[in-house]
Amino acid sequence: MSTVESLEALKKKHSYKITVIIIFAVTAVAAFLISSSIGAFKISLEDVLRAIFVEKEGLNRNIIWKIRVPRTLVAGAVGICLSLSGGILQGVMRNPLASPNIIGVSSGAGLAATITLVLFPTYEYLLTPAAFIGAFCTTLVIYFISWKDGINPFRMVLSGIAISSFIGAIINTILIFFPDRVQNTLGFTVGSLAARTWIHFNLVWPYALVGFILTMIMSRRLNILMLGDEIARSLGLNIERTRMILILCASLLAASAVSVVGMLGFVGLIIPHITRLIIGSDYRYLFPASAFLGAAIMMLCDTVARTIVEPIELPVGIIMAAVGAPFFLYLLRGGFKKHVKNK
Amino acid sequence: MLKISNLTMGYEGKRILKDISFDVEKNKITTLIGPNGCGKSTILKALSRAKKPQNGKIFLDSKNILRIDEKKLAKIMSILPQSPKAPDDFSARDLVGYGRYPHMNWLGRLTKKDYDIIDWAIKETKIESLQHRMVSTMSGGERQRAWIAMALAQQPRILLLDEPTTYLDISHQFEVLELVSRLNRDMNITVVMVLHDLNQAARYSDKIIVIKDEKIYKEGKPEEIINKKLLEEVFSIKVKIFEDEENNCPYFIPMKSKESSDAFKLNKPFEKCS
Repeated sequence: MSTVESLEALKKKHSYKITVIIIFAVTAVAAFLISSSIGAFKISLEDVLRAIFVEKEGLNRNIIWKIRVPRTLVAGAVGICLSLSGGILQGVMRNPLASPNIIGVSSGAGLAATITLVLFPTYEYLLTPAAFIGAFCTTLVIYFISWKDGINPFRMVLSGIAISSFIGAIINTILIFFPDRVQNTLGFTVGSLAARTWIHFNLVWPYALVGFILTMIMSRRLNILMLGDEIARSLGLNIERTRMILILCASLLAASAVSVVGMLGFVGLIIPHITRLIIGSDYRYLFPASAFLGAAIMMLCDTVARTIVEPIELPVGIIMAAVGAPFFLYLLRGGFKKHVKNK
Repeated sequence: MLKISNLTMGYEGKRILKDISFDVEKNKITTLIGPNGCGKSTILKALSRAKKPQNGKIFLDSKNILRIDEKKLAKIMSILPQSPKAPDDFSARDLVGYGRYPHMNWLGRLTKKDYDIIDWAIKETKIESLQHRMVSTMSGGERQRAWIAMALAQQPRILLLDEPTTYLDISHQFEVLELVSRLNRDMNITVVMVLHDLNQAARYSDKIIVIKDEKIYKEGKPEEIINKKLLEEVFSIKVKIFEDEENNCPYFIPMKSKESSDAFKLNKPFEKCS
């Protein structure tokens, strides 16, 4: 086989993956437009586009630009953050069940956010950094509890669940004592996008962007980490530092999501899995693809949440759980075994 | 080339190796042998920095390996652990590509030169026709060759192999060891490996190091090691030694194990167990 031929085959694979990424990106844009058009007040796609790009005032402009666009953008950004965070954790922990809410990263962020809301209700910009610290500390604790000559996936999931429910108890206690400080308590604990506006979008996008760029830079190193510690070390990768940076990224991303929508589950678990089935486990492609898919799914789920039982609005977390829980069970039964036997 | 001096290692309070010193000569194949759990793999772990020694130092060209930059070291030395695992959908070629990691800049783009080296490594290990197959679908022998190809793509001067023939059938064991010996001969790669099969160690090594009871029991050329007395003392087996004239090395066949002969003498094996 000649060099030219093998390069050809390589590019073919590459082009397939790029195509998938582009399709997902287009889906995300479509989801954005659909989500903006559907609602209590139906607006045609043409009017949506006009309201975004042409009009400066009017009813459509007000609904689209002041209510639906920011909310949809928050949904998209949160979808990106949680999918990437889940993808990173699944790789670093070499565990298909890892995701920010299951291993307690989200609850750590949630606790810090709740405390911030109670102590400093007027300083919204403090939310994300506080949530980040909470998420990072929780991840470290879980990481060290489940570490013994390598990460044991079962110990990790179990300790994550234990820590999650422990922290959950604290959060709920706080919410009971200060119900007025945290608006929409139910929304916070299951994850809701109700009444999210530009303020929230501005809170989340800078962190999401930094997290995304860092994640992309680290993707090749995460691939190498997937070959096992010994091989990774043999290839000259600084394992401890790489893991730490990746965990920082995952915490940052999860924290920024939690600080605007609350403790939304399952996105971080399902999206990386579905993407992996379609595009393979090379993180250089997996990360961008799952970011776009995560954004698209979140925007669509929120559209469903807003409209399924009109005029009542469901928290998006309920829709996500309805879709996510069965998938999680499927992983536990079949998919999990398949992944873990590789250990 | 590699100098191991006063190495002491252990796990959780249990000492495994004590004060071990030896040299690895350039362009030679050095093989570590010894009973299960004697710490031969632990020595490889120290060489690859996977485990810190409790005491002692390891020098590469008279530089302490703990002081050498990771990527620089990865260009000199490559390690294949026992049965490494890759994600299910990585192709052999992907794997070999990762061998170029230590040579890349932080952007991580493969150049024409990298592709040439990848092709070369694939050719040397004879996996051309398999290169686009998923590693997970390959047979044990093919997979081992793919991993060796990855190590080759690092262009190392030293190759460390931890039981490279474990789980392989006899023809694949032979194939892998022939490959290792060819890499050593044709490319002057220094090899340090752990082997279980003593006859294979005798045939493919320039030097054998026998580890027993935390110490180096003996080191030397195969013909100095493979003898009745050593095999009985270290592995508790009685053997008959022959000379393989074709390959110019000693080989043996086990006659009986020391313990089983004792048990037979007692004639009441079950009583002994209880």
